[in-house]
Amino acid sequence: MAEEKLLSWKEMVPGGIVDVGGSAELVNTGGWRTYVPVTDFDRCTHCMFCWISCPDSSILVKDGKKLGTDLDHCKGCGICADVCPPKCIKMVLEADIPEGGKKG
Amino acid sequence: MAQRLGLTGNDAVAYGLKQVNPDVIPAYPITPQTEMMHQFAQYVADGVVDTEMILVESEHSAMSAAVGASLAGARACTATSSCGLALMWEILYVAASCRAPIVMHEVNRALSAPINIHCDHSDTMGARDAGWVQIFAEDVQESYDNILQAFRIAEHKDVMLPVMSMQDGFIISHTLEPLEVLDDASAKKFVGEFKPEYSLLDVDHPRTFGSFTLQNYYFEFKRQQVEAMKNALRVIEEVGKEYGRLTGRTYGHVEPYKLDDADMALVALGSTCGTIKEAVDQARAEGIKVGLLKVRTFRPFPAAAIVGALKGKKVVGVFDRSISFGLGGPLFHEVRSAAFGQANWLCRNIIYGLGGRDINLEMILATIRTLAQSLKTGKMDAEPMYVGLRD
Repeated sequence: MAEEKLLSWKEMVPGGIVDVGGSAELVNTGGWRTYVPVTDFDRCTHCMFCWISCPDSSILVKDGKKLGTDLDHCKGCGICADVCPPKCIKMVLEADIPEGGKKG
Repeated sequence: MAQRLGLTGNDAVAYGLKQVNPDVIPAYPITPQTEMMHQFAQYVADGVVDTEMILVESEHSAMSAAVGASLAGARACTATSSCGLALMWEILYVAASCRAPIVMHEVNRALSAPINIHCDHSDTMGARDAGWVQIFAEDVQESYDNILQAFRIAEHKDVMLPVMSMQDGFIISHTLEPLEVLDDASAKKFVGEFKPEYSLLDVDHPRTFGSFTLQNYYFEFKRQQVEAMKNALRVIEEVGKEYGRLTGRTYGHVEPYKLDDADMALVALGSTCGTIKEAVDQARAEGIKVGLLKVRTFRPFPAAAIVGALKGKKVVGVFDRSISFGLGGPLFHEVRSAAFGQANWLCRNIIYGLGGRDINLEMILATIRTLAQSLKTGKMDAEPMYVGLRD
């Protein structure tokens, strides 16, 4: 990865203002996880309770169906598993999942 | 057309704020500031201003709300004293670091403990590192004049720092004095419109405010604040001169009184300067060539103006109405440090008036006579003088 050029105080926007909106998306917080959600899609009813409750907007949805979890931003808080009505989301210790194993 | 009125310091500042008609004022009461916001609340109730006045649950909330409002693009102000300022401490730094040009009127009162509601500078001295511009008033006229200038200083594009405009608790805040006020249109024109370059409500340019940084950026933001304070030195004088063209009352960083031919100088902040001017006149009648250097701007510290004004003096007595425990009076130490390597005057710290302890003409004259002895002996006691203390 190329070394990012750090700005001098003369080049920076004052006051810690970030000159774009929605920049939280650029910060990868997926690395903060200990537990990761694993969804059983055979039992998922696509009710969207997990989607609306996720504090990190990390439930991936398309055409009214849950696809999975944004693993770059999911922090493993477990709220999705907690609110899921059919209880089809399990929080699993990520270190226990083998390389290439199913998660999200 | 200027108008001559008789108002207390609190009412004069409220009157000035009425003329400014700020967008948002979050307020919480504390003696001796309370009456100022009471008067402003009356203006709100009477529909004379269209300020959104928010009665918050604490001073911490008042400053937090002011920061939010200011970053959203509103002209935000508040007022407090003593422990109220102390409760805002965390957010004072946030306001300055976020470059929110909030104007706060601060009525100087002693910090607890013991609880004391009277005049003392320990409250604002405790905030001298927070990054706010700090300006002191000598009397009711200056309290009014300073509050109007504060907006122009804070909102100047080269500054964009919050400004604390001070007046001595009870001594100015509750004392009725005559003053000249601008007519509403002139005041409004002088203060102008608040046009922030960056604001939360600028939906065409979405931005993030109050962000998080790591070790690799924090330092640079602080260096920017240093530059803003440097610019404030220039801006305070420019605004003060413009105000002078409008009113006949010009303001700068310092005001010398009978200092030119003086051998001895007294340096002080706030209302005590008025009493010192009287004492200077009487001491001169006794043959002591003494003068006063009144300091108006405390932050940014006007080192060049102070050291320049004290050039050639032989003895300097610096009055402090607060103590930085383990060091001494803040004004004394900053004046002496500014003069390092450039002056050879003898100097002494005079600590006085803590918790509203009276400082009167006789006490100042006695201080002058004591300091005058050093003009003859060429020696100065290194210990501070505690004037008015029962030893």
